[in-house]
Amino acid sequence: YGGASNALTPELKEALDKFVTSNKVVLFMKGTKLFPQCGFSNTVVQILNSLNVPYETVNILENEDIRAAMKIYSSWPTFPQLYIDGEFFGGCDITLEAYKSGQLQEVIEKAMCS
Amino acid sequence: MGVSKKVVEAALQSKLNPTFLSVLDTSGGCGASFMVEIASAAFEGKRLLERHRLVNAALADEMKEIHALSVTKALTPQQWQEQAQTSKTS
Repeated sequence: YGGASNALTPELKEALDKFVTSNKVVLFMKGTKLFPQCGFSNTVVQILNSLNVPYETVNILENEDIRAAMKIYSSWPTFPQLYIDGEFFGGCDITLEAYKSGQLQEVIEKAMCS
Repeated sequence: MGVSKKVVEAALQSKLNPTFLSVLDTSGGCGASFMVEIASAAFEGKRLLERHRLVNAALADEMKEIHALSVTKALTPQQWQEQAQTSKTS
């Protein structure tokens, strides 16, 4: 991964900790919720929209540092990355599977009540 | 420049010893995008997120070149058989 091991500084890690815990649902994605720039990111946006849940998005295409850092922070190599209640939930496939099984609704409802 | 389907298959084969493995090149040939269905005893007792993490780890080298990896199925051998049976009867 070259210099990527330096991408997650302690300062950035702390800021990310704060950000994902102070927002119940956060999606790190390619593009924005109004203009997703990748089919996988779009899938998760559509799922969250259909669940009618408030969520924040971060466009990783606009910030190469965040993009590199998130791969390490989540130990996940691709985007989108969905965070619920401060915890990494999964990428597109996991979110889609959990949505179909009803598990995603449960996890989000629980997060909203906590 | 991407990765060949054979390389992806070989890496998953050697690291997860699957009882079923299907790798589909969804890139249209450039080797940057794959769809994976896999059944392996390594997934026993693991949540979906942990299973996908195992797949990602098995492909850690290849992931640098792969743009999109879709793991549509990550089942235990038993789950795989159960699913094969229900799809036969339904």
